[in-house]
Amino acid sequence: MTVPTKTDLAFRDRAAAEALLDVAYDLTDSPIGPLLVATTERGLCEIAFDPDPEEEVERLARQHGIRVLRSARPVDEARRELDEYFEGHRHEFDLPVDLSALPAFQQSVLAALQRVPYGQVDTYGGLAARIGKPKAARAVGGALNRNPVPIVVPCHRIVGSTGSLVGYAGGLERKQLLLSLEGGTLV
Amino acid sequence: MNAVAIPPFERFYEEYREEIYAYLRKLAGRDEADDAFQETFLRALRGYQSLQHGRHLRAWAYRIATRVAIDERRKRRPTAELPELPADDGRPAYAELDHLTGDLPATERAAVVLRYGYDLDYADIATALGSSEDAARQAASSGVRRLRRRMT
Repeated sequence: MTVPTKTDLAFRDRAAAEALLDVAYDLTDSPIGPLLVATTERGLCEIAFDPDPEEEVERLARQHGIRVLRSARPVDEARRELDEYFEGHRHEFDLPVDLSALPAFQQSVLAALQRVPYGQVDTYGGLAARIGKPKAARAVGGALNRNPVPIVVPCHRIVGSTGSLVGYAGGLERKQLLLSLEGGTLV
Repeated sequence: MNAVAIPPFERFYEEYREEIYAYLRKLAGRDEADDAFQETFLRALRGYQSLQHGRHLRAWAYRIATRVAIDERRKRRPTAELPELPADDGRPAYAELDHLTGDLPATERAAVVLRYGYDLDYADIATALGSSEDAARQAASSGVRRLRRRMT
């Protein structure tokens, strides 16, 4: 017997409101395709392109705890800020990001990345230098490739030393779209 | 022995929500089913991290739902436990049984209350208990025998 939508949504709301979840997630549309957005109590923990929800739910459970539930309200803020970003009205995200499940090196790379401003780009080597490890460009590339919160932590702003796009976990087309949205210039 | 992993809560919820909802409609009635449903899965969430393995999750969900339905009825119609008053003959069957069966072993008690208090058939009781239909029938009848012995 199908559960009435109202009852289902009320349960999902209450589960989040009573702080019973390790992770809440929801799906949202964007100009670069459907996104899965997930948050813990501490902040945004995942944005996935073209998500396979079942796979993402398993991954979220492994990384943050098994109490994973689709629930719209906890990700409302992220959804709103993303919408504003895609409309060109927002250049910086205010919502907190939860990177605590990541290795320390990756955390430091992503923290430095958050300081690359809207509309500008830097290189892998440049970012390596920002964290005081100028020779670690390759390792920086690996850390960016596994960035769990693209767009908000702007790994699309990192390009090759010649200015070529090089790579993007979400596909080069998306990287190009994000950079042209921002009207990017090389630092 | 292979440990059975506990699935992410979303998967557990998706898998059992429909049958638990149907079960609660039967047990708690149309008006109360929605609240009982939410309460059942909120309780499941509260206990989810304490699960040791992923076996018997279905029976676990039914046990919680059964408990919730019984609790909610008790809340709605407090059975005014005033010892000086004579037993209230107007009490519904499930309330009477709930009271009488307090000392039975848990499985027998659940089987008796569900069969004679809520009028569930043995197939539903078996699901609620996570057992076979035969075992459910047996639990109810040995519960009844035990009650009978006590009364004589």
